[in-house]
Amino acid sequence: MSQYDVVIIGGGPGGYNAAIRAGQLGLKAAIVEMRDTLGGTCLNVGCMPSKALLHASELFESANREFEHLGIEVTPRLNLSKMMAQKDESVVALTKGVDFLMKKNKVERLLGRGRIAGPSRVEVDGADGKTLTLEARNIVIATGSEPSGLPGLKVDGDRIVDSTGALALSEVPKTLVVIGAGIIGLELGSVWRRLGAEVTVVEYLDRICPGMDAEVAKAFQRILAKQGVNFRLGSKVTGAKAGKSRVDLTVEPAAGGAAETLTADRVLLAVGRRPYTAGLGLETVGLVPDARGFLETDHFRTAAAGVWAIGDVIHGPMLAHKAEEDAVACIELIAGKAGHVDYNLVPSVVYTTPEVAWVGRSEEQLKAEGRAYKAGKFPFAANSRAKINHETDGLVKVLADAVTDEVLGVHILGPQAGEMIGEYCVAMAFRAASEDIARICHPHPTRSEAGRQAAMGVEGWTMQA
Amino acid sequence: MADIMTPALGESVSEATVARWAKKPGEAVRKDEILVELETDKVSLEVAAPADGVLESISAEEGATVEPGAVLGHLKEGAVAVAPAVAPAPAAAGAAPKAAQPAPAAPVLAPSAQRIATEGGLDPAAIPGTGKDGRVTKADALAALEARAAAPPPAPVPAAPREAHAREERVRMTRLRQTIARRLKEAQQTAAMLTTFNEVDMSAIMALRNTYKDAFEKTHGVKMGFMGFFVRACIHALKAVPEVNAEIDGQDLIYKNHYDIGVAVGTDRGLVVPVVRDADALSLAGVEKAIGALGKKARDGALALDDLQGGTFTISNGGVYGSLMSTPILNAPQSGILGMHKIQERPVAVNGQVVIRPMMYLALSYDHRVVDGQGAVTFLVRVKEAIEDPQRLLLDI
Repeated sequence: MSQYDVVIIGGGPGGYNAAIRAGQLGLKAAIVEMRDTLGGTCLNVGCMPSKALLHASELFESANREFEHLGIEVTPRLNLSKMMAQKDESVVALTKGVDFLMKKNKVERLLGRGRIAGPSRVEVDGADGKTLTLEARNIVIATGSEPSGLPGLKVDGDRIVDSTGALALSEVPKTLVVIGAGIIGLELGSVWRRLGAEVTVVEYLDRICPGMDAEVAKAFQRILAKQGVNFRLGSKVTGAKAGKSRVDLTVEPAAGGAAETLTADRVLLAVGRRPYTAGLGLETVGLVPDARGFLETDHFRTAAAGVWAIGDVIHGPMLAHKAEEDAVACIELIAGKAGHVDYNLVPSVVYTTPEVAWVGRSEEQLKAEGRAYKAGKFPFAANSRAKINHETDGLVKVLADAVTDEVLGVHILGPQAGEMIGEYCVAMAFRAASEDIARICHPHPTRSEAGRQAAMGVEGWTMQA
Repeated sequence: MADIMTPALGESVSEATVARWAKKPGEAVRKDEILVELETDKVSLEVAAPADGVLESISAEEGATVEPGAVLGHLKEGAVAVAPAVAPAPAAAGAAPKAAQPAPAAPVLAPSAQRIATEGGLDPAAIPGTGKDGRVTKADALAALEARAAAPPPAPVPAAPREAHAREERVRMTRLRQTIARRLKEAQQTAAMLTTFNEVDMSAIMALRNTYKDAFEKTHGVKMGFMGFFVRACIHALKAVPEVNAEIDGQDLIYKNHYDIGVAVGTDRGLVVPVVRDADALSLAGVEKAIGALGKKARDGALALDDLQGGTFTISNGGVYGSLMSTPILNAPQSGILGMHKIQERPVAVNGQVVIRPMMYLALSYDHRVVDGQGAVTFLVRVKEAIEDPQRLLLDI
């Protein structure tokens, strides 16, 4: 029986980064993954393929709608199978990169389903039909999450798909209903709208993107609507009948009222994700997930000695970069170091056009906490680079403590917001004041200047609007 | 070549530690520029260059212990630094050469904190940083600004030393004088200090002394003075009004059930206040002996730090110089100080008759934060009663 310092179950961003860090710190580590490729949901059926399609579809839309204004006359024709193929190639290249990182850090890669089999023991049901038993001083559960279901709705992978299915449709649906106005639904809805589908988003809540600053969410929704996305907020889907070529959805007002039928070629169910711990053998070490399926941890330590958990299976935002932070901190704790994650500084990004990115507190959170704050805002309509590029939708909002001026939250709605938010993650980690941002030179002309102008606005000296 | 000497460190301080060399060997220095910082138990002091020149060598490395008069290093007068200043090996005989410490880097301030520090005239190095790795954030700078606003404004410091006029002489204060100055001012700034007065008829004590002074000296080998009586009378009064023997510590009061009485002693170098420990456990003769021994040590400059620290109450006798009345300043963190004064024959009314009596004014300065007016007055009355009728001391009433 092989012995390890750490056996990691799950090869997603949490698992593979844990493996890399373990290797760096000289721990003997193995990573167990049931997929043929490492990278988990993110790399195989999540962030990466969706970004491939978002990028390609954005260019398609630009060619369709915007090139003409720039003096470029083309008539683009969609080759969906080629678009899908380039996406798949990128994914394969990326998974190979992760394989390389495992080798580089001397992590043993085990193919098969990992299962805890009592304290310090992991069994792997190998793809070859054999069962392997590993002795592990530490077990790290990094099994991630899976799409949540909805009562009355069955994901059949054809007419009714989850995010995985929506990344691999063989044709552009004429009509697509997206259930759930969260990040996944809006990103994939955008992809198919750009490629030609008429998209309707049905959301139970009366707003899109819960967790996003409400003012930003409202502006974001207006932009998406302008692009052609239909919204039915405050509505719940209570049933679905999938036929050969269409789906009839029963939709009721969330507050109660008469049901109506919504018909679409395809339906994307994107109502969130839930921790994935099925068949993991948690009971063999006395672990029981909570009602929503999460594992309780204290700094990644579960109640079972030597069993740790990171990423989507524990509380906190279900994001690849959060899992990556968990992974580093968890392995460092295992190695006796001072691993730590500040969950307030985990940024969120919606990769639509324009993008939305934020870090820290929203205005609603600050109000709920009773914290006195000041806000500075700057519209991209007043930013020279955005104007030149005809990308004037959106704004930057900086929230800072009313007394100390410490930046408490930054919200960006605009092109490349995801690239811009990193500046504020660094600033907030160093407990910067809005004035610090305002007094730091930013390159001109760039969109990043909008952030600086918004920061100036906190203390009332925005200069360029 | 000039020796850089360890200066006199002041009363009761016999050695110092080399804290930091501001200059490296080979560096040019100007007269009066700070060369090296020394630290003693009580103070830190700077040693300036005696003349323009180049720091030739360092004899006492950082961390070394030096005594007054010890050589710290050597200055080559009038020399010019070789650029770049390459540090030659320290010419330290017997001392292990240590690599020169790089000067501590200036603190990194966030841009906002830098602005606040610059505009507000704050010393960046003095702002406690709470940011990542101790960096100073805007919140820290604002807090430092506020803390300074809350504190009394610093005494205005003249930007440059005033020119000495023809008939003036500029003399650097000794370490001891500087320490006295600082501590007196601190006491005034901290305590809510005020003074209450009374007077005492010394007839009874003087009669007692005249009757027994020879026998006392013969038995105990020490003269019978008045101080012993006052020490005992004060302890008697401190027991009755314990606040006077207490001190403030943050939000708490610390009541001290030990009686360590500081007795101010004038020396030719200044006033020092050695402490008679556990004076309540000493006989009158024991108190007199202790005071005598401390006074001798003070005049010989042989007081140790231990002799000066930890008093709970102080007695100051301005009377020996002829003072008729004064308001003594507290010896922080103590809450009370008794001022004794000159004994002067004055007409007083006793039982309706004007009689001449040897009288002394008594003053009690006290920290009104700790001691109420009633307590202060009661204290002085208790002292007065005990001195006017010393049998009370015997009977402990």
